[in-house]
Amino acid sequence: MLFRSNYAGSSFSELLDLDHPHLKLDFAELAQKAAQPIQAPHGTTVLAFKLDDGVLVAGDRLATSGNMVASRDVEKVFATDERSLMAIAGAAGPAIEMARILRIELEHYEKIEGEALELEGKANKLSQMIRQNLPAAMQGLVVVPIFAGYDVRRRTGRLWKYDVTGGRYEETELECSGSGGIIAKESLKKVWRPGLSRAEGVRAAVEALMDAADEDRATGGVDVARGIYPIVKFSTADGIEDVPESELAEVYTAIASERANRG
Amino acid sequence: MSMPFYVSPEQLMQDKAEYARKGIARGRSIVTLEYADGMLLMGENPSASLSKIGEIYDRIGFAGVGRFSEFDQLRKIGVRYADVKGYAYSREDVRAKALANSYSQAIGDVFTREMKPLEVEIVVVEVSDPRFEGHEKNSIYRVQFDGSISDHAGYCVIGGSVENLESHLRASYQKDQPLGEALQLGRSTLERANGDGRIPAEKLEAAILDRNRAERKFRRLPADELRGIFGA
Repeated sequence: MLFRSNYAGSSFSELLDLDHPHLKLDFAELAQKAAQPIQAPHGTTVLAFKLDDGVLVAGDRLATSGNMVASRDVEKVFATDERSLMAIAGAAGPAIEMARILRIELEHYEKIEGEALELEGKANKLSQMIRQNLPAAMQGLVVVPIFAGYDVRRRTGRLWKYDVTGGRYEETELECSGSGGIIAKESLKKVWRPGLSRAEGVRAAVEALMDAADEDRATGGVDVARGIYPIVKFSTADGIEDVPESELAEVYTAIASERANRG
Repeated sequence: MSMPFYVSPEQLMQDKAEYARKGIARGRSIVTLEYADGMLLMGENPSASLSKIGEIYDRIGFAGVGRFSEFDQLRKIGVRYADVKGYAYSREDVRAKALANSYSQAIGDVFTREMKPLEVEIVVVEVSDPRFEGHEKNSIYRVQFDGSISDHAGYCVIGGSVENLESHLRASYQKDQPLGEALQLGRSTLERANGDGRIPAEKLEAAILDRNRAERKFRRLPADELRGIFGA
């Protein structure tokens, strides 16, 4: 069985399409066959912006299905390799699957070719995956992620936003996506500046997610009662780092008490 | 009308085996060693870009000797096998034993069916992960040109002068030695095949599967780092 392969390239998703089509769920085809639009859980607010020494990517934890909570502690920010991150918004199922395949895709390419893709190459690969999902998106399974990472060659953080057709736009400062994205962006805009430190970045991210949760009922924000905090990750020259919950809790408490004092 | 020649199956197999052995013996050997934090794969390789040692999956490494195009093809097939399996099931389900068995069957198939056997010998290694039940031991599998498979503990040599190098390892190998000592032993072993001539760090290809690394345990050791360890 080992030698029976039709595929000789270095792309994992092409390998699945060609040699293992039964393993790859075709959301596009499924969605087209569905009599009515599929009501699937949706991820809500994610954001990314540049820091002095890299990028920060964050997301709340709520997934909703219509007006109901689908999950309170879903993860929407994924490390796709040692220096790149993908934040998902939109239909959770296809989006999480896309992040999973992208991670394997990047590792697979690196192992087969002996060299990792450039950050831009990774962003472009994601663009193709979103484009393939277009028929499913037209049936309601929209996936609009943000891709960000540290570009080792250019020695800087970079980030991209996407549209539903796979259109890829590099952003020089910040980007937000999902139902509460606009509100998070408005919040972030007021505090973002070039050369933001990590601590300043964490505060800006938490505050933006709190603002989004305040105005958008589908965004989770910080759930103190259950101890569920947003996911915040950095990508810098040193690799990917998770901001620990304890730090997020401190930042949240500080912001909340400042706001409470306003009266 | 021409009559086809009759060749006895014994003769045919012998000829193929001799052909494959000759091809493999021309290449340089690869040494695999267990050390305190994982596994070390090491070989003499004058080329800095055509690797004989490669990463298959999180805890699985690969090395081949003989015809480069053939064992590199086997390596890629292994990567595809592992990535598809890890995608279909879970990352922990990708194991060296199943992969080595598949290699054994595939290489054995070529040996019996095809005119030309593969002129390769490969080793598949897996570093243990004590956090999981049933994953507590390192594994080393050697697969030869005819598909015969064997498992090894502590160390394994593939390539030209297996007997000679393994007798050196038998005498000097110690369990749980630190990486520096394992590298020294690896180099001195390889140098025996080289008529005891020194092999400079830039002509050594070395990689480790380091148990302490997160997820992907495989890491190449660049010449600079080797030079630092050897102190020369």
